[in-house]
Amino acid sequence: MKAGVIVFPGSNCDRDAYYALRDVLGYEAEYLWHADARDLSDYGLVIVPGGFSYGDYLRPGAIARFARIMDSLREYAARGGLVLGICNGFQILCEAGLLPGALTRNITLKFRCMPVYVRVENADTPFTRRYRQGEVLQLPIAHGDGRYVCDEVTLAQLRANGQIILRYCSPTGELSEAWNPNGSMDFIAGVANAQFNVLGMMPHPERACELLLGSEDGKRLLAVAP
Amino acid sequence: MPKAKVYITLKPGLLDAQGRVLEDALHQLGFERVQQVRVGKYLEIDLAPNGDPREQVEAMCQKLLANPVIEQYRYEVEE
Repeated sequence: MKAGVIVFPGSNCDRDAYYALRDVLGYEAEYLWHADARDLSDYGLVIVPGGFSYGDYLRPGAIARFARIMDSLREYAARGGLVLGICNGFQILCEAGLLPGALTRNITLKFRCMPVYVRVENADTPFTRRYRQGEVLQLPIAHGDGRYVCDEVTLAQLRANGQIILRYCSPTGELSEAWNPNGSMDFIAGVANAQFNVLGMMPHPERACELLLGSEDGKRLLAVAP
Repeated sequence: MPKAKVYITLKPGLLDAQGRVLEDALHQLGFERVQQVRVGKYLEIDLAPNGDPREQVEAMCQKLLANPVIEQYRYEVEE
């Protein structure tokens, strides 16, 4: 399977994603330069990686959404292609309108770089089908702007449609503000679009693909090949 | 030369983490009458004199400068 990783000026998790896709999962991985329009139809997955695209100027993701590759990505997503936005990638997908809501400054104002626990809230998506419903994963986070917010109507829709894919939780799966690292609304760590082919998440599954790195709970999330 | 002054603020009701920290800091400095602080952005934009500046600034705010999910904006244009 071909898998692409978009590279913006300021992306810094592109190599981690590339490594996870090629060396861990054995996919044919390729970098996709932000300034190139591309036909992505033969890709099985495109990752919008973490980092600080365009220095997070104005708002995280605000500038990246106008890159030429984003038009290609929009077309690809509209045809059902799988898109995974991680961290800054999640912020970019929200800014681009490919996902609902927005990511705002962490409630503590601190940059949080630590392992967290997330619960799989919907195991019936192309990204989560290799997990059990309610399974607790340990994944790392590293962000300053990860507090997910949306309006009440959108939140009700997300809940009703099962678009909340991951929630922050305790190691045993309980929802509690003590285990919510950034103050996200409704403990939201990851949301999908209504078609479930676009997923955005603040934790980094690509950094949790080998036990040597502390966890391999993220590996199945990237294992989207049929 | 028209000059636009654009004010971008978080929507009312949305928790402003920075504002809350500044409230605490101001209280600690003895400014006990501070009830609330909300942090926003202020931009000055110089425009070439052709075209309708207000129309252009409105489009800029919608397309890039503000995120309508979390922010609201207003602006003044000095001709």
